Amino acid sequence: MRYIRPSSLEDAVGLLANASGKAAILAGGSDLLVRMKGGFIEPDVIIDIKAIDALGRIIENDDGFVIGAAVPCAVLGENTALRNAWPGVVEGARLIGSKQVQGRCTIVGNLCNASPAADSVPALVAAGARALVRGPAGSRTIAVETIPVGPGKTSLAPGEIIEAILLDKRQRHSGDAYQRFTPRTEMDIAVVSAAVNLTLNDQGVVEKARVALGAAAPTVLLVEEAADILVGSRVDDGALERLAEACSAACRPIDDKRGTVEFRKKVAGVLAKRVALTAYQRAGQK
Amino acid sequence: MTFDPSHAARSFSSVGTRPIRPDGVDKVTGRARYGADFNMPGQLIGRILRSPHAHAVIRKIDTSKAEQLPGVKAVVTAADLPDLTNGDTSMYDILDNCMARRKALYDGHAVAAVAAIDAHTARQALKLIDVEYELLPHVTDVDQAFAADAPLINDTIITKGVDPKPDRASNVSMRSQFGHGDVDAGMAKADFVVERTFRTEQTHQGYIEPHACVANVSSDGTADLWVCTQGHFVYRQHCAQLLGLEASKLRVTSSEIGGGFGGKTHVWAEPVALALSRKAGRPVKLVMTRDEVFRATGPTSATSIDVKIGALKDGTIIAADATLRYSCGPYAGSWAEVGAMTAFACYKLENVRTVGYEVLVNRPKTAAYRAPSAPMAAFAVESAIDELAKKVGMDAVDFRIKNAAQEGTKASYGPVYGPIGIGPTLEAVKNHPHMKAPLGKNQGRGMACGFWFNFGGQTCTDLNIGMDGTVSLAVGTVDVGGSRASLSLVAAEELGIDYAQVRAVIADTSSLGYNDMTDGSRGTFSSSMATISAARNAIKILRARAAQMWDIPVEDVTWERGHAVAKGETHGNLPNLSLKEIAAASGTTGGPIAGHSEIVADGAGVSFATHICDIEVDPETGATKVLRYTVVQDAGKAVHPTYVEGQYQGGAAQGIGWALNEEYIYGKDGRLQNAGFLDYRIPVCSDLPMIDTQILEIPNPNHPYGVRGVGETSIVPPLAAVANAVSNAVGVRMEHIPMSPPRILAALEA
Amino acid sequence: MAGIAVSTTINGDQAEFLCHPDETLLEVLRERLGLMGVKEGCGTGDCGACSIILDDRLVCSCLVLGAEAEGRRIATVEGMAQGDKLHPLQQKFLEHAALQCGICTPGFLIAAKDLLAKNPDPTEEEIRFGLAGNLCRCTGYDKIVRAVQDAASVMRGA
Repeated sequence: MRYIRPSSLEDAVGLLANASGKAAILAGGSDLLVRMKGGFIEPDVIIDIKAIDALGRIIENDDGFVIGAAVPCAVLGENTALRNAWPGVVEGARLIGSKQVQGRCTIVGNLCNASPAADSVPALVAAGARALVRGPAGSRTIAVETIPVGPGKTSLAPGEIIEAILLDKRQRHSGDAYQRFTPRTEMDIAVVSAAVNLTLNDQGVVEKARVALGAAAPTVLLVEEAADILVGSRVDDGALERLAEACSAACRPIDDKRGTVEFRKKVAGVLAKRVALTAYQRAGQK
Repeated sequence: MTFDPSHAARSFSSVGTRPIRPDGVDKVTGRARYGADFNMPGQLIGRILRSPHAHAVIRKIDTSKAEQLPGVKAVVTAADLPDLTNGDTSMYDILDNCMARRKALYDGHAVAAVAAIDAHTARQALKLIDVEYELLPHVTDVDQAFAADAPLINDTIITKGVDPKPDRASNVSMRSQFGHGDVDAGMAKADFVVERTFRTEQTHQGYIEPHACVANVSSDGTADLWVCTQGHFVYRQHCAQLLGLEASKLRVTSSEIGGGFGGKTHVWAEPVALALSRKAGRPVKLVMTRDEVFRATGPTSATSIDVKIGALKDGTIIAADATLRYSCGPYAGSWAEVGAMTAFACYKLENVRTVGYEVLVNRPKTAAYRAPSAPMAAFAVESAIDELAKKVGMDAVDFRIKNAAQEGTKASYGPVYGPIGIGPTLEAVKNHPHMKAPLGKNQGRGMACGFWFNFGGQTCTDLNIGMDGTVSLAVGTVDVGGSRASLSLVAAEELGIDYAQVRAVIADTSSLGYNDMTDGSRGTFSSSMATISAARNAIKILRARAAQMWDIPVEDVTWERGHAVAKGETHGNLPNLSLKEIAAASGTTGGPIAGHSEIVADGAGVSFATHICDIEVDPETGATKVLRYTVVQDAGKAVHPTYVEGQYQGGAAQGIGWALNEEYIYGKDGRLQNAGFLDYRIPVCSDLPMIDTQILEIPNPNHPYGVRGVGETSIVPPLAAVANAVSNAVGVRMEHIPMSPPRILAALEA
Repeated sequence: MAGIAVSTTINGDQAEFLCHPDETLLEVLRERLGLMGVKEGCGTGDCGACSIILDDRLVCSCLVLGAEAEGRRIATVEGMAQGDKLHPLQQKFLEHAALQCGICTPGFLIAAKDLLAKNPDPTEEEIRFGLAGNLCRCTGYDKIVRAVQDAASVMRGA
């Protein structure tokens, strides 16, 4: 086993592409080290990307935000501009594990770990976030929801690495929110979760909506029929009830140690209602 | 030497104060040494291979590839731990649990172990051991295992306690029964009856420190073991017997212990570490992973309990009946028996009957967990009592007060109570401001009572007085939560000196006589009794030395507030001699001064507590939030009140975790699904409110200071108190612990 | 597996060590450098007993590789007291009996130190959520929260 800390993205991509045997990218390590410790993975080379300067920064530009792949989730919470623009995204990132874990873990790692219960992913999907992917064949930008394809599996090609997450510049009257259900208040992982991202017109009517559910299917679900219910509404009680029904209906969850099918279906709807209201309030204030 | 342990009213100067604990600074600076914090020169790292199967015959184990891996120094299997138990079935079970012999009986059962030059090599070596299993049908659920057609876990188990003796094997190892009166006749008279079946799931003690030890066996037959344990003398006995060592040649040193709660009363890895060390000829350090701790150690019983209680219109309980099925892992136990003894212990009952069944399942061997078996029985009984109070039309507290046991009551498990605290804790709860505080929407309040026996047992203590007049107290009961502080207070009290002049240490097994382990809430109770006895013996010598120094008869010397005092008219003008002065002269007055005590500490006073819980339930998700919690418990006499409060709070928090979220979850394959702190959810700081405490002091007549054990009772009421609170909040009786959100939501929608 | 040479700063002192690529910082601190105050409760980031501060960031040292410590600053419980003078948090943990078995205590002290550095006057709720990454099985957290409140007030006054 080797540990390498490249200082440029090109080097990292080269190492990844040319690695003989299994290569693992180390950013926060909160999944990788646990999997190594449990004997589930034994990489031949660990590529630590934290020495690559560009990957450790959050940049706000005219197009929005560029969040480097090595930025710990705790840093997202400390970025006032990001918090104001995308509070739902930040909420998701700051719920992962504990404060100690948030000091290490990254949203890109959370995405590439491809757990259906990943806390930061539903809000990214609802936000329409894109991933900037670098590989041997060059760069491409893809929607985050296309990256996880099943538990533990991603659509990334061999040698590809996610360089950054891109979030659009916030339009006015926009707001997002994320909530998950966990039995404990902290140090837990979503039993089921929901994210809603809204843009309103000047009259307070929803113009654009995206609704995403976590831990409700093998990958995070983008529920378009739920979003359609919100569009054109003022997120009134009727719309919320229909939203909850649509979300519950869209779920394809499993029974496992964290929850039952019935529970997840029901609570997905409940959370969707609650986050839709929060997102609506946030949108109305801007 | 005669020692009179009976309680005498007195005032205290040290006992009841709250000084800083003697082991505190080391623990806040990182210097305290726990099980894994010790190394020996040349040590190897041990690791254990565990069965992934719930129930399987071990056909063959091939260790040859592992043995050939460079760096591997020893590989052991059951063949290296031959059966030396001589027909002692409970020791045989311990042996089999340490290393599976014919069959693997649960997911996590040890089947082989290696010692290698480092952890990495040891892990690699485990992968090279080939075990050929023949899978057998398994059963992990207590009710399914109880059924007549269940897969048989041990075909030699014939249910004890049944007449006539059954003619075929089953998973029920024992039936036990307690009670008095005529339950059926009583029930026939009842105006109101509540009858329900309750379930509780299996939990783990959840100590943060994994099991750890360093074993060193020499070729001359001597051995040393450094280990985190609640009872190093018991570990010595077990390890010596299983390894064929002489007890006196095995020295066991207890490290600081990072939590036990009953889970470190039992050997698991220690005999294996000793066997590895013996084979390798080098010291072996063996530290469990958290996954191993969950899969292979400690859990409580899962239970299924039928309760039927009848009351008259005036609120008198006329009959009480319970049948309790407790899982005990794949070996015979006596967990249901204890549950059956405690179930109705809080009440004065004319007609009462409890029947317990020990049920074998393919899960880890059940170990004690803080007042073992009592919380589940209390959950069932106190839930039914609450419901019955409603039917009768009485307040939950008043109904319990009316039926509470008192001095002279014949307990449901047999003995007649002396002075006890159940009534006073109920009265205190009735008058507590918590009971009168308003509740909001979706909020409920519950209360419940709990009982624990408390134990005493064999205890040995040395009190050595240095030439400078300071005191070394060598104790043999492991300090699990501050007992060095409380025992130092007791020594200071009895000798009449300052707390700071006493230093208590936990002596190793070669330095002190046998002590039972720190369980049954006996640490401070029994060791304080031995400390008082040792101090009184030392005082006899101090008086004699003073008499010698003064050249007067010893009968004319008394001991008052740390000084020898000469009495009588002839030498009334002699100035008092301090302990320090007598100690300074000891070299010329007869040598070192010490007091020793070897006792069986009988008369541990029974303990009662009543708890109050406020909870809010989110009716849309089943989420719960504990808003307020109050513990009222009888301590007899609180030696160090802050640590008594700590025991009350800690037990309550563990009980709340058990009530709401903690449980072992097994898959259909018989494998444990949640062997980690992420999915075995013990409460975190933000899950709990402050936990208010009220210490009552109803002296134990059998202890010089009136002390009762305080460690365990606090975990008994919470399951029921929380369940009553949730039931009151949602209007549906909760029958299944833990009341996880999916269970609450399902109950609401049923 | 070849060893990696790492140079780092621990509690203000320079430290050099060799470690394997798969060795965690927790293992390095305990087994190679003898800093046994850093405890292992789970090895998976779920208990907080191995908490350290790495370049001003609270982390679980079981989730950091030893090799990652190159050029970083590490603070552990061993660095909290100044000579024989305890840190106010250590003193208040003793006074409030905020420990029973004590195995979680180093992690709590480090997490509380980090919390108070960022929020000198936290509410009870902020303390509870700030310390939610650390498990304690003995105390029910009551006395820990009180000790942190008291230490915070002493530190604000100091």
